[in-house]
Amino acid sequence: MARSGKPGRAMLRIWQIGLLLLVFLFWHVMTKPGLVPPFMFDNDRQAAFFFGEPLRVLERIWAWFVTDADIYRHLAVTLAETVMAFGIGAIAGLACGLWLALSPTASAILEPYVKAANAMPRIILAPIFAVWFGLGMGSKVALGVTLVFFIVFFNVYQGVREVSPVVLANARMLGASARQLLRHVYLPSATSWVFSSLHTSVGLAFVGAVVGEYLGSSQGVGYLILQAEGTFDINTVMAGILVLTAFALLLDAAVGRIERRLMTWHPKAGETEKL
Amino acid sequence: MAEGEAPAIRLRDVACTFVSPDAPEQRYTAVADVGLTVGAGEFVSVVGPTGCGKSTLLNVAAGLLEPSRGDVEIFGERLAGINRRAGYMFQADSLMPWRTAQANVLAGLQFRGVPEAEARERADAWLRRVGLGGFGDRYPHQMSGGMRKRTSLAQTLVLDPDIILMDEPFSALDIQTRQLMENELLELWQSKRKAVLFITHDLDEAIAMSDRVVVLSAGPASHPIGEFTIDIPRPRDVAEVKSTPRFLELHAAIWRVLRDEVLEGYRQQLQARA
Repeated sequence: MARSGKPGRAMLRIWQIGLLLLVFLFWHVMTKPGLVPPFMFDNDRQAAFFFGEPLRVLERIWAWFVTDADIYRHLAVTLAETVMAFGIGAIAGLACGLWLALSPTASAILEPYVKAANAMPRIILAPIFAVWFGLGMGSKVALGVTLVFFIVFFNVYQGVREVSPVVLANARMLGASARQLLRHVYLPSATSWVFSSLHTSVGLAFVGAVVGEYLGSSQGVGYLILQAEGTFDINTVMAGILVLTAFALLLDAAVGRIERRLMTWHPKAGETEKL
Repeated sequence: MAEGEAPAIRLRDVACTFVSPDAPEQRYTAVADVGLTVGAGEFVSVVGPTGCGKSTLLNVAAGLLEPSRGDVEIFGERLAGINRRAGYMFQADSLMPWRTAQANVLAGLQFRGVPEAEARERADAWLRRVGLGGFGDRYPHQMSGGMRKRTSLAQTLVLDPDIILMDEPFSALDIQTRQLMENELLELWQSKRKAVLFITHDLDEAIAMSDRVVVLSAGPASHPIGEFTIDIPRPRDVAEVKSTPRFLELHAAIWRVLRDEVLEGYRQQLQARA
């Protein structure tokens, strides 16, 4: 049989949503005070205190988006930080990657420093950035940039060094000057590597923004979570996490769409046209 | 071409020694004492056992590789840097994978600053000429090996080079596609009369296409050990010509010289592996 074992697309979606509902149901049953006799905690309110209640969490999200409509400002801040961190980090990584890959001397001198900077747990820079750039968006962008930069940098560096020597020789024989080689061979080859790391680097830009907010800020979704945590409002913390997750998924889908548009030339494994 | 005009390519006493970057004392002399001339409008093939430095010679003629000794003259002028009058068709895939067939073909024109519209037009004309009229918007990974080779051919010839360097351009193709492309190439060459330096390991192909066949010795330090003028009348059909008596005679004569070198090259490879 042609379609044995694997469920169809619609069926798959139903199963996926069903699983989500099941998880929420389990969560609800286990935390609703008075529904199940307490077997791990001293009284029936403690489960809700530690794990939150899904209905309250959803209420919170509803309030954020509809009744109070006050989350958009925070979302916009987080998104702006993510986009800026990604943009600056990607461009800086691209430029440095190109430069070091094309200049063997510079790359030989800087190699240990690049390795050290990459090995360092860069999240720890967040307090320093907060001192340098203040508690506004600047410090979050800076943290995201340090995360994105190295991903893009290493990919571009690798990409440029792995440009096929035949393609390069061919371009030279076709009369490309050093500048044209950079523009028409190295850059396209390097950008393909940037795009192949796009999902990772956008994800890290997002992590940088949220972690930065969480460590000290006056706006953003990370700030909302921090605030709620300060008052032991576990429902709001959970709501913030859910919103961030959904947001990250949307961001990832957007990246996938951009990638598909810009990478049409890239061969995909087993690509055939579906009829 | 007028009598007495300088040849398209002249290699004089060329030697290429490669030094391993990790172990400077390890040297390998690929070719030595090579004298080779390709007249304007002449089709010359170089055959030899595998690993004898055929591609090295081509890279020297292209200006991609500077010889350790000897000099290279292109139409009587000493070659320094890239050979601007030559087009090079590589053995491996050389198309830019991020460009469509059309964009690949017009790359050379673009590098030379030809206006966009004109470049596009000339590229399309060449794509039609190599039988890829409707495939201009395909990316290399969407084309078959034969189509990629045709695109490479168009990419090289659209620049109308005076010299065409070809490094086993059809070796990766199946036999039918190969004969088709060989005939196409001969037809194009016949109408334009460019100087061609054609590297191949296939003696049949060399004889069927060329005016002259040069046999290289086995490496290291390989050098020409025989030269044969192919006096089979043109125009030729590469498939038909292979059954003519003159072809068989020439084949036997060249093979007598080549056989010992092939055996020698094979023996060396076995030794190197042991």
